[in-house]
This record gives sequence, C-alpha cells and structure tokens, in this order.
Amino acid sequence: MSEEKKPGWKELPEGDVLEAGTAAKFNVAGWRSEKPVWSKDNCIQCMICWIVCPDSSVKVVDGKMTGFDYDHCKGCGICSHECPTKADKRAIVMEQEKK
Amino acid sequence: MPAAAKTGNEAMAEAMRQINPDVVAAYPITPATEIVMIFAQFAADGLVGTEYIPVESEHSAMSACVGAAAAGARVMTGTSSQGLALMYEILPIATALRLPIIMCEVNRALSGPINIHCDHSDTMAARDFGWIQIFSENAQEAYDNTLQAVRISEHSKVKLPSMVTTDGFIISHCMERVEMLGDKEVQDFIGEKKAEVSLLDVTKPVTIGALDLQDYYFEHRRQMAEAMKNVAPVILEVAEEYSKLTGRKYDLIEEYKLADAEIAIVALGSTCGTAKVVIDELREKGIKAGMLKIRVFRPFPAERIAAVLNKIPAIAVMDRSDSLNTQGGPVYTETCAALYNHPKRPKMINYIYGLGGRDVTLDDLRSVFSDLQSIDKKPLFNYLGVRD
Amino acid sequence: MANLKELSVRQDPLTGGHRACAGCGFPQIVRMVLLSSKDPVVVISATGCLEVTTTIFPFSAWNVPFLHNAFENSAATASGVEAAYNAFVRKNKIKGKINFVAFGGDGGTYDIGFQSLSGAMERGHDLLYVCYNNEAYMNTGVQRSGATPRGASTTTEPAGKVSSGKTRPRKDLTKIMAAHNLPYVAQAAGGYYMDLIKKAEKAFATPGPKFINVLQPCRLGWGYKPELTMEISRLAVQTCVWPLYEVENGIWKVTMNVREKKPIAEFLKLQDRFRHLFKPGNEQLLADLQKEVDKNWEELLKKGAP
Repeated sequence: MSEEKKPGWKELPEGDVLEAGTAAKFNVAGWRSEKPVWSKDNCIQCMICWIVCPDSSVKVVDGKMTGFDYDHCKGCGICSHECPTKADKRAIVMEQEKK
Repeated sequence: MPAAAKTGNEAMAEAMRQINPDVVAAYPITPATEIVMIFAQFAADGLVGTEYIPVESEHSAMSACVGAAAAGARVMTGTSSQGLALMYEILPIATALRLPIIMCEVNRALSGPINIHCDHSDTMAARDFGWIQIFSENAQEAYDNTLQAVRISEHSKVKLPSMVTTDGFIISHCMERVEMLGDKEVQDFIGEKKAEVSLLDVTKPVTIGALDLQDYYFEHRRQMAEAMKNVAPVILEVAEEYSKLTGRKYDLIEEYKLADAEIAIVALGSTCGTAKVVIDELREKGIKAGMLKIRVFRPFPAERIAAVLNKIPAIAVMDRSDSLNTQGGPVYTETCAALYNHPKRPKMINYIYGLGGRDVTLDDLRSVFSDLQSIDKKPLFNYLGVRD
Repeated sequence: MANLKELSVRQDPLTGGHRACAGCGFPQIVRMVLLSSKDPVVVISATGCLEVTTTIFPFSAWNVPFLHNAFENSAATASGVEAAYNAFVRKNKIKGKINFVAFGGDGGTYDIGFQSLSGAMERGHDLLYVCYNNEAYMNTGVQRSGATPRGASTTTEPAGKVSSGKTRPRKDLTKIMAAHNLPYVAQAAGGYYMDLIKKAEKAFATPGPKFINVLQPCRLGWGYKPELTMEISRLAVQTCVWPLYEVENGIWKVTMNVREKKPIAEFLKLQDRFRHLFKPGNEQLLADLQKEVDKNWEELLKKGAP
C-alpha cells in the first residue's frame, strides 16, 4: 500500500481512538500464493463460503454471492475446501497466483 | 454552609454522594473500605443514581471503571495500598484512553511486610502512570479535593484520571469538622459530564484501545505529556471558582510562613498539620521556620517549588516512602531536580519518616528543624523515627 | 433461527484487511456470533490474537463499537460498560437495547482472565462472554494454557526425548461456567456454524450472564494446512474430543449427536502438535486419550442426551 504521511501528535485524535472499519483500506493481496476463482454458473448460492471466510472477502449483494474481494482475500482456501459443489462442477477452485 | 463532624472516609463518601457518579466499581481494603461501604449504602437507599459494581478484585474495579468511562460514564472508585498495586497495570491504560476516572486513594504502606497503616509508598509507586495526584492534609481538604478533581479531570484540555489521597487512619478515620456544599451547589459546580467519544454510540462506532506499534505509540504518549502540562492552569482555574463557592482557596502548593524563612521543610499530607504547630512554636521563639506543602504531586509543580525554595538556605524534604534506591525518597529527588537548574540552590537534606504508620510526633519534627540549624553537619539521607 | 442468506444481508461486524493468519479460525467465530444479534452490539476484547490482528493503529477491522483494555480483564471491562449502559438507561440518556459481547482467547479466559470472568458472571451482568479457544497462547507463539489438551506439544511444554507433550488434561471450563448457575452456557465449534449461530441467538435472547466456549483450530499452533480449519473443527466434534452442548437454566443438552464416533486419531493425525503421539512408544498414551474422551462423552450423555 502507498505510504501516506503519518499524522503528528498534534493532529492525531486523542485517546487511542479509531473510526470503524478503517482496516478495509489495508490491502493484504500480497499475502496470497493461491487465489480462489468463482464460477457463477456452478454456484448454488448456499452462502457457506461467505460464513467460513476469515477475511470477509466473499462479496454478497442482496443475499447472493457475487465474487471475491481480492484486496482482502489471503488465499487460505477454506472457501474452496468447504464449497459443497461436485467435483466436476466446482464453484470455487484455487489457482496459483501469478507473480 | 452546612458543617458536620466527619472522618476523612466519610467526607470522601459524602463528596461521592453529591457527585452522584454514573458508575462506581470498588473492592474492600483497609483503610479505604469505609468509603465504598458508605457509598454502597447510599446506593442501596436510593440516594444516588449510581450503578455500583461490587467487583471481585481491585484489578477488576479499575478494569470496570475503564469500561464504564469508555462508555461515557462519570466513574469513581476508592482503594489503598495492595488494592492500588493490583490496579497498577490498568492505571496507565485509563490515562492512555484519556478517561477522567476519579479515585479516592487512602495512603497505606505497601507490603511487605504487610502493614495496614499510613505511608505514601502505594501512591508514590503510582506516580508515573499519568494520573493527577492530589494530597489532602485533612478531611476538609479530602472533601474539597474530591469535588475539584472531577472538574480538573474532565476538563477538555486534560481528560486524565485523578487520585485524591488522604493518609490512612490519620485522616481516613479521624473525626474533624468538615464544611460541605449543598447537593445542588455541587451538581452546578461539577456540571454534566460531556464525553467526546462513547463506546455506546452505536450509530457512530469507534474502536477504543487499538494496538500502537512503533509508528504511533510515541505520538499518543506525547499527547498525554501535553495533557499533563495543561493540568496546572486548570487546577488553578477550578480552585478559583471553588473558592468563590466556599471561601477556601487552593493552589498547587501551600506556603506556610515561608516568605522570610531561613529553615524549612517540604511535606505532603497530614504531616503538614503537625508541622504547622511546630513552626508556630519555633516562630514564637524567634526562629524563622517555614513549610512548603505540596498539594499536587502530579503534575509536579517544579517551577513553583523552585521559585519559593531557592531563597531558603536550609531545607529538609520529608518523604513518607522510601525508594530504596540509596538516593532518598521521591519527593526529595524531584524537589532537588526542580532546583537543579535554578541559579540559587539551597542546601537540601532528606528524611524518610513515618513508614508503616510510625507516629510522627511534634518532637520528631522539632528535631528536624533543629538539624536544619546546622545542616552542614547532617548527611543528605536521614531516617527519622526508626530504631537503630 | 436466521439462515445464512438472512444473516448475509446484515452488516458484517468485521472488515477484511485485518492481519489474522491466512486460514485463521477466529474471525468467522466473531462474525457468526455477532451476526446473530438483531440488536446493536458492543464488543469488548481481551488482549490476544483477535485484538492484535484487528486493531493495528490506524486500521480497525471493527464495524461495531469495540473496546480493548488489557489481557485478563475483558469480562470486568465489559461489566463496566454494561453498568454504564444501565445507568444511562435509568437516567433516560440512552434508548434501545444493546447486546454486550466480551471476547477472550483461552489464555485470557481459562488462565489469566479466569477470576475476572468468574466475578463478572457471578455478579450477573447482562453480557455474553465468548471464548475463542485455540488451546494455547497462540499470539505469543504457542505456549501451553489451561486449555491445552493432554498430549499436545506446545513451546512451553513441548514433546521431546523424554516428554510426550502436556501431561495433564485441560480444565473443563464449560463445566466450570455451568457451575456458576448461569442462565445459558454452551460449547460450540466454528465448523458447525448453524449450531453456533443458534446458540448465539439463544444467548442474546436470554437476559443475564451467558458463556459460550468455541473451539477454534489454529493452523499455526496446531500445524495443519490452512484450508482445513473448518474440517478439523468438525472432526473435534465427530470424535467427541469437543462435544457440542448447552446448559440452559441448569438443563444439559447435547446439541450435536454423534452416533458413530470417529476414533480420536482421525482428529489428532492431521495436526503437527500431536505428531509425536503416533511414534512408537506412545501407543498407551493414545489409548488413554481415547479412553478419556469416551468417558467424558458417556458422562455428558448421562447429563443431557441429545
């Protein structure tokens, strides 16, 4: 991520307080060696990948899986491992991350 | 103004009732127990609107205070000695989260050996945790200091916790005449607590107590140092307002017959009352004795101290705790430091005295003033009242 | 009970961008528990992996109010927060229900925070305490805790030439909390998410002090491939190493029946912390561990058959 100028003590809010959700700005894509790839056609919309993802990286809109948030996915593979779709119609497969 | 005979503990409990904090979390410990016992009865009788949490340890007392204060509540507690020691881990966290918690701390010797009586070792060991520390000479001051501490701590330029101390048994359990304000006057004086940030604001969620690494910790600590720097003028501002209500005027320090003094002692807490008697007696004999009472130990009023002490040729600094560092007690080392950069430095010696509730008699203090008349013959570090 | 689809439209309490290991087991537990609350939540966390990885200044992964105080005091801290809320409700300064949730790892719960937890629960504060139990001090590098099971190798009680890892069984904290006579106590595992969600919903619907002990596989400390987090969690249940049950107002009930109990080896063999148990010479210890699990399961069934 880009190095922003860090605030000095006079600019920082007092009391070790943060606004909510600022970690969303922190990109962890570089942690990945593999990435999950989603097939919309094979997806049965069971939402299991969404609940088991440690990184809140399964994008859900109106109760439907719509893909992955690759800024925050660390490539652990839990989603793919837990995906209940059949071997010949996998909805999530892990692929090597290109360097 | 209503007056009544009160012990120091009763006076502090009464101040707490009038402050009517949102949350009190406390655990019993001699000699502070009474404060929370009396307050628990106030709560049980519906005389306060406080949520009283009878926790299972002082560590949890301070932890609950931090939780409640982070939620925006006005919060108080009381403790002594081992209880304060058990809170030590959480004290600087209250500071870092900028939570204006008020503690009634009854000074008692730290173990070991275990002892329940007065000295200042408990409070002095907590001196670098970023808490404002105000020492009281008697029950009246305990009452007055407790009320003022709320205003000082909650001031927007401060937002630091305070401990108001009395001396165990000597003040906490001795009955004195205490003048008190009316309940409404107290409420008008302290006002509503305004928390800038509240954990309970679910519409504006915040994270409080985040992990600072090398890149932020220092900045946050620097802010605390600045807040502590802001305390002294706020204390004076609050004291000014309080004096209009009560006629009792407080300062960071109190000078007792210092203006022309040739020998003087520096002391905190109840000893100051005893010293005043001795000084009056010496003055009658034509000996120019005086005293500097330090009311506020944190922030340490170094400039003020230097300004009044530099003119006095011989000074004894009284420490009711021993740092066991071979360099005297904390009041001595800090008083020396306050004067080090002053062009006129008096000769100063140190007395460690009154540990574990050892009585401090008029004769003890007479001997100190007598020593000061030939200060060059005395070693720097002295123990007063210990058997050889 | 809300299904996953219904939960997925609620606001996620955690953002991505936190620094938990790839394949970590606790963010899901946190999400499962907090998403189960229909009312706003306020979170208090002990020092530990959860707090450290989610709040590195200036990056907070929390979308809900969050407070961290210290390691051993999340329950006491939460009791202060809850007391402040009660005071404000009484003084009409706040309206609307808030659910208070305190999190602690097993170190912060079984060991150093045990007194604080016990005190807060005994006092009856209206809050839910959730232990994310990964059975060792993972944040500081896999040191043993009171939750570490017998036979596990940790960095402070490692397996070695003359040692087979931890010699004593873990303390049964769920049972200890049940002995506090709380209105709701449960044992859960992230791998059985609907079971955990149901328990969290029940806890939120119950006034007073609640405790849920959630087993959380740790890929680093347990030593397994990151994608197996949920599977290992389920194996702990299927082998009866970690039975799922609840104690509701004193009534015990197993919430996940295990008709065909798998041998514990199926759970143990996937993890590096137990690898030494499969070397020659440890057959008796393995048999003893199996016996211990069987005995505990039988006792639990007697208390509250599914």
